Amino acid sequence: MSRPISEDDLHAFVDEALPDSRRMEVEAYLESNPDVAERYARFGAQRDALRAALGPIAAEPVPLNLNLRHLVASRRRSNWTGWRAAAAACLLLVAGGGSGWMLRGIGMDRPAGIDALAQEASYAYAVFSPDGGHPVEIAAADSDALLRWVEKRLAKPISLPDLSGAGYRFMGGRVVATQNGPAGLLMYDDAKGMRIAILMRPMIRRDENAPMAKHREGDVVGYAWADDGMGYSLVGGLAAADFLHPIADEARRQIRARI
Amino acid sequence: MRDMMALVEPLIPSLRRYARSLLRDQSAADDLVQDCLERVISRWHQRRTDGNARTWVFTILHNLAINRLKQTARRGGHVTVEDTDEAAFATAPAQEHRLHHQAVVEALSWLPEDQRSVLLLVSVEELSYAEAASVLDIPIGTVMSRLSRARHRLAQMLEDGPVRQATAGTILRRVK
Repeated sequence: MSRPISEDDLHAFVDEALPDSRRMEVEAYLESNPDVAERYARFGAQRDALRAALGPIAAEPVPLNLNLRHLVASRRRSNWTGWRAAAAACLLLVAGGGSGWMLRGIGMDRPAGIDALAQEASYAYAVFSPDGGHPVEIAAADSDALLRWVEKRLAKPISLPDLSGAGYRFMGGRVVATQNGPAGLLMYDDAKGMRIAILMRPMIRRDENAPMAKHREGDVVGYAWADDGMGYSLVGGLAAADFLHPIADEARRQIRARI
Repeated sequence: MRDMMALVEPLIPSLRRYARSLLRDQSAADDLVQDCLERVISRWHQRRTDGNARTWVFTILHNLAINRLKQTARRGGHVTVEDTDEAAFATAPAQEHRLHHQAVVEALSWLPEDQRSVLLLVSVEELSYAEAASVLDIPIGTVMSRLSRARHRLAQMLEDGPVRQATAGTILRRVK
């Protein structure tokens, strides 16, 4: 006894998707059921008509703007343009920073202390932690390269705290811009993919040493402190707010032990 | 990059056909395919290498097409038979065949979008039922029931002829 013929079989028959043995069973069924055979023959004719009507679209020559090689090449070019734009933006930042520096003292005192650091950390976290593709520029696997890069830009020795004891895996990091110069941003995530980050930068003449203090900017919570001219803030989302303090304590302990 | 060329380039004619059959607008469809290819290029390294490249590319295109159709619907535009570029669907063969094909393509445009996409992916683009299920992100059982409904409805419309079709739905003309 063969399995009863189902509608799915009949559609698969129309779509020529049946294995030979089943196809023969369906053909036998259709021979003895002319009404059903007539209906599904019509579906087959529909299918042929659709393919015949729409087939010529696929036979058209592919227009230039859909040429895959051209698209890949123009993407490379636009990346290059992107790099040049980034370089130009850096120049503008330097120029802007320079004029800002010249203007200091005539009433444009920019925030530089631990509060500014806290704000910078919150902004950096808000920008980079939700980034699916590139949350970090240099991954944890290249920690040495990351360390050299950040130390070079900050002109200060730094260390990369290990927070795996608190359940956070080191993802990597990058140099980010702040209104007080370059900063290092280290990113960590937990088993659920929740991210926390540490931002660090030199403290210039203000708050060179500061006790740990909690800060909050929108949905970003953090703990900031400064030791010997270097400021830090450990930041995370509201959901992690309750765990951040002990993790910040642990990060500070490791940094003090190593530097 | 070389495997992308080998796997994606041969799909482009089918992608154009699927997009144009769904949107019924040649330039909008080609724009959509261009968006799709740009996404494919930028996300190529993120795709599962053990996966089916054709299914992956069609999924990207289908999702873009659905977003476009939703936007068009929100703007109050509804592409009716009258609005479409008939030349885009014209076929060279004999007159009586052309008419017949035209009737099927017109009837197709009256199907709800979810039935139309199943019918196109399975009948025209020759995706397997499992591949179509993956592209549309629905179970295979749903693919089968939509396919069945699409075929019955199309047959009904072709029997009733174009007059009934025109009165069967509300015709909205695109506001320029």
